Amino acid sequence: MKAPLSWIKDYVNLDGLSIEEIARHLTMTGLEVDGILLVGLPKPEGEKHEFKYEGLSWDPDKFVVARVDEVMPHPNADKLVLCRLNDGAKEMIILTGAPNLFPYKAIGPLAEPPKVAYAREGAQLYDGHQPGQVLTKLKRAVIRGIESFSMICSEKELGISEEHEGVIILDGDAPVGMPLVDYMGDAVFDISILPNMVRDASIIGIARELAAVTKRPLREPEGAKLSRGTRLSELVSLEVRDPELNPRFMLGMIEDAQPKPSPYWVQRRLSLAGMRPIDALVDATNYTMLDTGEPLHAFDYDLLVRRAGGSKPAIITRVAEKGEKLTTLDGNTHTLDDSMELVCDSAGPLSLAGVMGGSETGIHAGSSRVLLEAASWNFINIRKTISKVRIASEAGWRFSRGVHPALAEYALSLCLKRMAEWAGGSLVDGVLDAYTRVQVDPLVRLSEAEIVSALGAPIPLEEAEDILTRLGFSCRIENDQLSAQTPATRLDIGEGIIGKANLIEEISRVYGYDRLPATRLSAELPAQAGNPKLDMEERIRDILVSAGLQDTVAYRQTSPEREARLLLENAPDPALEYVRIKNPITPDRTVLRRSSLATMLELLEHNHKFRPGLAMFELGPVFLPVEGQLLPDEALRLTIGMTGTREYPTWQNNKPEQKDFFDLKGAVETLLKGLHIENVSYRPAQHLSFHPGKCAEVWAGEQKLGVLGELHPLVREHYEFESGAVLAAELDADLLLALSQTQFNHQPISSYPFMVEDIALIVPEETPAAALEASIREAGGKLLVNVRLFDIYRGEKLGEGKKSMAYQLTYQAQDRTLTDKDAETIRNRIVRALAKEYGAVLRSQ
Amino acid sequence: MSVLEQLEQEKITALSELESAQTEAELEAWRLAHLGKSSRVMQAFSALGSASKEERPLIGKSANAVKVALESAYAAKNEAMRQLALAQAVEKERLDVTLPGRALRRGRLHPLNQTLREICRVFGDMGFQVYRSPEVETDDYNFTFLNMPPYHPARDMWDTFYTEKEGVLLRTHTSPGQIHIMRERAPEAIRAILPGTTMRYEQLTARSEIEFVQVEVLVVGKGITFADMKGTLNDFAARTFGKDARTRLRPSHFPFTEPSAEMDVECFVCGGEGCGVCKGSGWLEILGCGMVHPTVLEYGGYDPNVFSGFAAGMGIDRSTLMRYRVDDIRHFRNNDVRFLEQF
Ligand SMILES: [Zn+2]
Repeated sequence: MKAPLSWIKDYVNLDGLSIEEIARHLTMTGLEVDGILLVGLPKPEGEKHEFKYEGLSWDPDKFVVARVDEVMPHPNADKLVLCRLNDGAKEMIILTGAPNLFPYKAIGPLAEPPKVAYAREGAQLYDGHQPGQVLTKLKRAVIRGIESFSMICSEKELGISEEHEGVIILDGDAPVGMPLVDYMGDAVFDISILPNMVRDASIIGIARELAAVTKRPLREPEGAKLSRGTRLSELVSLEVRDPELNPRFMLGMIEDAQPKPSPYWVQRRLSLAGMRPIDALVDATNYTMLDTGEPLHAFDYDLLVRRAGGSKPAIITRVAEKGEKLTTLDGNTHTLDDSMELVCDSAGPLSLAGVMGGSETGIHAGSSRVLLEAASWNFINIRKTISKVRIASEAGWRFSRGVHPALAEYALSLCLKRMAEWAGGSLVDGVLDAYTRVQVDPLVRLSEAEIVSALGAPIPLEEAEDILTRLGFSCRIENDQLSAQTPATRLDIGEGIIGKANLIEEISRVYGYDRLPATRLSAELPAQAGNPKLDMEERIRDILVSAGLQDTVAYRQTSPEREARLLLENAPDPALEYVRIKNPITPDRTVLRRSSLATMLELLEHNHKFRPGLAMFELGPVFLPVEGQLLPDEALRLTIGMTGTREYPTWQNNKPEQKDFFDLKGAVETLLKGLHIENVSYRPAQHLSFHPGKCAEVWAGEQKLGVLGELHPLVREHYEFESGAVLAAELDADLLLALSQTQFNHQPISSYPFMVEDIALIVPEETPAAALEASIREAGGKLLVNVRLFDIYRGEKLGEGKKSMAYQLTYQAQDRTLTDKDAETIRNRIVRALAKEYGAVLRSQ
Repeated sequence: MSVLEQLEQEKITALSELESAQTEAELEAWRLAHLGKSSRVMQAFSALGSASKEERPLIGKSANAVKVALESAYAAKNEAMRQLALAQAVEKERLDVTLPGRALRRGRLHPLNQTLREICRVFGDMGFQVYRSPEVETDDYNFTFLNMPPYHPARDMWDTFYTEKEGVLLRTHTSPGQIHIMRERAPEAIRAILPGTTMRYEQLTARSEIEFVQVEVLVVGKGITFADMKGTLNDFAARTFGKDARTRLRPSHFPFTEPSAEMDVECFVCGGEGCGVCKGSGWLEILGCGMVHPTVLEYGGYDPNVFSGFAAGMGIDRSTLMRYRVDDIRHFRNNDVRFLEQF
C-alpha cells in the first residue's frame, strides 16, 4: 500500500512529527514501512536514517506556483509556445511545448489564467526527455532563437509520475508565488500490509492507527446523506441469489455528471498511490476505495437500459453457469464455472463479482448517469475464483482478504458525494441495499487479570479502554471487566478466548511492546531428557571433521534423471516411487531425493576441479514413499565421498598418490570405531553403481550398515571426472545412531614391557585378510595385544596361487614381564592354528 | 732431570701441544702421544715399581696430578672442538623458513551446521530440548492446525511446494512440529527447539532459496507470558550477539501466534549506525515470535484457558548470511569447497 502523507493528514493532525517519526510509529503499530518516496519534501537531516528514502526534494527558492497570463505563438516553431508567466516575484516569458497549453494560444490575456508548477533557473529536477529518472539542473540555453532558462513542469519532471505529455495545471486556488513544496510537497510511505490488518489497506485505516498511537483525534470524512427515497427503485431492480456468497449488495446513482478531469490534488494523490487518474467519475471510485478499503464499481446506466431493451434494468448477483463467458476490463475473455459469483443484468454477466468489471458496461467518457455498486463478497469464494481466472486487481486483492459489509454503505455515500462534487452531477433519490446476512461484530470481555496473565504486566483497564476506543471499539468498564464492541470495519476479532487474545494484541501493540517488561521463565522446568540422537549425530560430524572430511548440506529436491546417472543404463527406473512435486521450480528439481549417493557424486563432480583431492560427507534424509502410507519414510543417510590425491601436491612431493578404496574404508573404519560399534565386518558385494571387484557391504553383526566402493568405470562416464578413483559410501545413519555406544569398557594399559616379533605366513591366494587376522587373534589369545599386517608378497619362489602375508605381532601381559618362552608358545599356537585352517606355512627368513 | 721434573716438563709440553691441535685427528694423535700406553705419564706409572720407596709416593702423586690435568684439558678441548664442529654444521643447515609448511588436512563443519549448533547450545543451556519432525507434511499440520484453514488469506505468506499426493506438501516452516510435540507431550510442559529444513516455492536467486534451515522455539505451560517471551529471546540475543546487544519487538502477524512480533537486534556490523547489511536502518530482523494462538493450543491438545505459551522462529541461512556477509544465499547448498573452506 502506497500512502501519501498529505492524504493521511486529511484525517489526523500530525503536526510536530517528522517523516521519520511517523514512519517509526507506523512500523511500531505493525504497518511496516519498506521505504519512503519523497515527492517534494526535504530528506531528513543527518546521515543516519532508519528508513530508505528515494525521490526528489523541491528547493523552495527554485520551485514555485506561477500563473500563465497569456500564451503566444512562437515566431519560429509551431510546436512551441511562449507564455507570459508571473511567479509572484516578476513577470517573464517562458518557452514550452506542452500540448495542454496550446488551447490558450493566441487568445490574448487569459481571464482565468492557469496555475502551473514553475521551476526557476538552477532547479534540480528529473529530465523529462530521458527514460526513467535522470537528475538534471536547469541551465540557460537558446532554443530556436529564444532564450530559455526555466520551465513549467510536468509530473515526470517533479517525480510525481511518469506523465510527460503535458505540464501540470494546478487547481485554481493555488497561491501564486508560494513555494511548490509548501503547496503540495509530499512523501509516500510504502507499507507492507499484514494479512490480519487488511482493514489498513486504506488511508483511513492507516490514519486510525496513527491517531491511536499518537493519541490524536481521527477525523473521518463524511459522505453524502443517503436518502430512503424510492426513485432509484423505479429505475433499477436488485436481486441477490446467494447471500452466503454475496452478503451485501448496494446500489446508488448519480445523474447529470459531466465528463471532466478530477481536481488536480485528487489526480496527484491517485498517482502517488499508484493508480492512474482517468476522469472525475472513475477517480472518485478509486479514490474512495483507497480511502476506505472498499472496492467500488460504476456502471453506465444508459448502457444497462439499452441492454434491457429500453426497459428497467435488473441487477442480479448469482453464480455463473458452467461455460458462461465474460470479457473483463483488461480485455481477457474468461470461461467461467458454477462456483464463480457474477453481477449480471437480464442480458448476461456484467462483471466478475469482486474481481473485475466487464468491458462492456463500465463508465466511459460520455457517461452521465452512473450506477454505483458497493458490495461485500465471501472472501474464500473470491480467493478460489482468483486462483482459477488468475486476475490481479485491487478489488480482488481486498475482497479476497475480507472486507466488512458495513463499509459498503460508508464507501457508497463517500463516493457519491465525490462524484457529485468532482463531476458536477446530482444524487438520485434512494439506494438499493440487499443485506440479509448481517455481520455480527463480536463483543469481547477482558479483565485486568487476563491482561496480566497474558502479558506478564498490568496495563490498567482504563488505558486498555482508551487504546481500544481510539481503534474504533465501543468500550465500557463494569465490575472490573472491560467490554469492547468490535467496530464495523474489521473482521479479524474473534469470539470468546480467541477474541480476548485478539484484544490483548491490539492493546499491547498500541501500548508498545517496548514498554512491556522482560522476565525469565519462572514456570517449572520440564523434565530434562537430553538429546541423545542429536548428540550422536554431532558426534558423527565431529569424528569425520576431525578426520579431515568436509561437512556439507544438501538440497532435497532433485530429479529422477539426475539420480539415474548412478545407474549403468543412465535412465530412470520407472518402478522407483518418488515423492513428486506438483509445482516444481525447475525441470531438474521435480522430486525429493531417494539417493544421497547421487547427491554426493554431484558434489564431487562440481568440486573436483577446484582441489586436487576431496573428502566430503553429508548427513541428511532421503525420502522413500511407502505403499499405503500418506507420508514417505524419511531415512537418515550418512554419505561419504572421496576422489583425487591423498595429499595435496607440495614443493616436497609434487605427485602425491591417488586415493583408493582403502582410503574410503579407512574413513568408515575410523567412524565406526569412534562410535564404538561392535562386530563390524566387510563383505564383498555387488552394487549397481560400484566396480564389481571394489565394493563392500559393511555389517554390524547381522545388520547391514551400508555399502562402500569405487564408482563403476561405466557409471563414472556419466559424470565429468578426470583421473583417479571416485569413491563413495552410503550408510544407514538411523542404524548407526541406534548401534553407537556412549558407554563401553576401556582397555587397561599394562605397565609391563611388550615384545614385538614379525612372522610371515604363506597362504593360498584366495584367503581373505580379515579371516586370517581374525584367526591369528583368536589363536594368539589375550597376550597378543596387537596384530599389524605390514607386507603382502607374491613371487615365483612361493609357487602359483600363493601369497605371503607378513604380520607384526605385539605380546604383552597385564601382570608380568613376558619371556622368550612365552612368545614362542604363542607363535607356535598361531602357526599351528593357521596351518590347520588355511594350510599356512611359516615362511623362512 | 729427575722423574718429577720430567713429569712437570711433560705437562707443560703436552698442554702447549694440545693448544695447537686443530682437527679431530690431531687431537687423537695427541691423546695417544700423551695419554696412551707409551706416553710419558703412563710410562711413569709403569716405572713406579722400580722407584725407591721414598720416591714412589711422590712420583705416583705427581704422575696422577699430571694425568688428571691432561685428561681434563683433553676433555675440555674435545668438548670445545665438538661444540665448534656442531656450530659449523648448524651454520650450514639453515632452512628457508619462508617455504610453505606441510598443511594438515582439516575438515570443517558446514557454516549452517555451525550456526545451528550454537543455537542448540544456547537454548540447551536454558533447558530447551531438541525435537524434530518430518520435512514432508500434511496440509493439516502445515496450515490448518496452525490456525490457517483452507483458503485462509494468511496462507499467502508461504509459497508452497505441493506433492502429487492430495493434502501432502513440503513443509514451509518448522511450525508443524509445534503440533507434533504438543500432541506427544500434552498436558506436560514443553520447552523445546525444533530445528529443520523447510522448503518454499521461490525463485532461486542470490537473495532467495527454495530450501533453508529454520529453528522454531516453543514453550508451553501454565503462566507463560509475553514478558517471559521477551526475556527469553533477549537472553538468546545477548548470548548470540553479545551481552550489550539491543533488541526491539515490532508488532507483526502470524496466524499461529497472538500477539505476534518481529524481533530486531541492533546491527552487529555497524553497531546501529546504519550500513549495507542492515540497509541503513541500524536494525536486523532476526526472528518472528508471539504467544501461541488459543486455536493452536487446542489443536495441540492443551486447554487454552489453562495453558499458554510462546513460539519463535528464525532462519539459520539468513542469520549465517548476515553474520559472514555472504553475498549469495545459494552458496550454502552449492557446497563449493572454495566457499566451505572459509568457515
Ligand atoms: Zn548495519
